[in-house]
Amino acid sequence: MEIPYYPGCTLNTKAKGFDNSARASARELGLELVELEEWNCCGATFPLLVDNMLDLAGPAQVLISARQAGQRLAVACSTCYNVLKRTNRVIREDEDSREKLNFFLDADYGGDLEVLDLLQILRDEIGFDNVKEAVKKPLSGLKVAAYYGCMVLRPPAEVAYDDPENPHALDDLITALGAEAVDYSHQGECCGAYLAVKSAEVTAEMSFTILASAQRSGAELVVANCPLCQFNLDRMQKTMGSRHTGFQPIPVLYFTQLLGIALGLDSEGFELDRHYVDPRSLLEGANLI
Amino acid sequence: MRIRLSAEVLRNDLVRRVEEISGQDLLACYQCGECSAGCPVAFAMDMLPSQVIRLVQLGQVEEALESETIWLCAACQTCYARCPKGVDLSRIMEALREIALQRDGDYLDIRAIHPEELAEFPQQAFIGGFRKYTW
Repeated sequence: MEIPYYPGCTLNTKAKGFDNSARASARELGLELVELEEWNCCGATFPLLVDNMLDLAGPAQVLISARQAGQRLAVACSTCYNVLKRTNRVIREDEDSREKLNFFLDADYGGDLEVLDLLQILRDEIGFDNVKEAVKKPLSGLKVAAYYGCMVLRPPAEVAYDDPENPHALDDLITALGAEAVDYSHQGECCGAYLAVKSAEVTAEMSFTILASAQRSGAELVVANCPLCQFNLDRMQKTMGSRHTGFQPIPVLYFTQLLGIALGLDSEGFELDRHYVDPRSLLEGANLI
Repeated sequence: MRIRLSAEVLRNDLVRRVEEISGQDLLACYQCGECSAGCPVAFAMDMLPSQVIRLVQLGQVEEALESETIWLCAACQTCYARCPKGVDLSRIMEALREIALQRDGDYLDIRAIHPEELAEFPQQAFIGGFRKYTW
C-alpha cells in the first residue's frame, strides 16, 4: 500500500532519525510513505486569530499539493499533523476562508483530503495485531512511557483520534512491541513547545514534571511523536538534574525508532547517537541493538 | 486593585478588538477557574489565565497586556479542551499578543538568541516562536 507522505521541515533535517525510522518501519509493515513532490513548511503553529489568512496559506498550499497526489496524507510529526488537520477543517467548513485561500493560492480546493497521523494509520490500517506479528525483537522487560503531548489530542473535536484525557493508542503500540507501557499522569501535558526559545528555564521545569511523573511509574524510556517535544524532554535534562536532587537522566526516543528496533531493522539511519541522553546503553543492555 | 466601571469602560475599543480577532464571547466565561487549574505553565505566570480573561471582561485590557502570562501561554489548548463553556482562552491570549506586538513591536529579538542555540534548536521551535513573539 502506498500513501502520500509529508515529512515537514524538522524531520527533513534535525529529526532525520524520526523520518528514517518512520519510513523504514512503515515499509517493513507493507506501507510505502511516498514523499510529496513539492511541499513547504506548515508554519509549526496553527494560527489562532480568525482573520489570520496569511498563516493559513502555508499549510493550505501543502494540502493542495497533497490532494493532487491522492485522497489521503500521512504525517509523522504530530505538530505538522495538528496544523494541517486544523487548516483542512477551516477550508472544509468555513466558506469565507475557503474562498480567500483559494483565490490567494490560485486553487480550487474544498478540504476533502484526509489528514492522518502515522500512529493512527498503524492502528487503523496496519493494525497493532499485525505489528505484533511482525516483531522480530520483542522489547520484553522494557518499561516505556508513551508521551502524547498536545498535538494529537487537542482540540479534541478537531484532531483527536483517541481519548483526549486518557489516550492509549501509543501505549497499545508499545504493548504490541512486547514492552510494558507504564501508566502515568502526565502523558498529555505540554512540554513547553516554542517557549524554549524565550524561556528555556520554564520549558525545563514543564518537561521535568512530565519525566518525573513517568519515572515515578517506573519508566526507563520515554517515546515521543514530535521533534520539539523530544528536544525539550531530552535537552533540558542537564538543567533538571542541577535543580532537582535525585533526578536521573532518562532517554527520550521517537516511537518510530523503537518500532524499527522491535521490527528487527538496522538502526544505522535512526540516529540513536544524536540524542542528548544516550539511549544506546539501555538498548544494548536489553540486547536490542 | 480598584477598578471604576462604566458602560464605556466595559465595551472599550480594545475589548471589542480582542473579541473580534479572537472570535470568542468573553462574557461566556463564568470564572470557574478550570483553565488556571489545568494550565501547565501557571506555576511561572504572574497572573493566572482565568484572571487574564476576567480583566478583559472588565475592560482592563491594558492591565492584561502588561502581564507576562500572555507570553508564557504555549497554546497547548488544555484550557480550551476542558472549559465547560467552550471558551478558547488560547485564542484570547493570541489576540492579546497580537495587540501588544502591533503596538510595542517584537517581543523576541533573533539577535538575542545565542548562536549555539540557533544551530541546535529544531526549526519548529524558531518558526513557532517567531510566529508567537514577532509581528
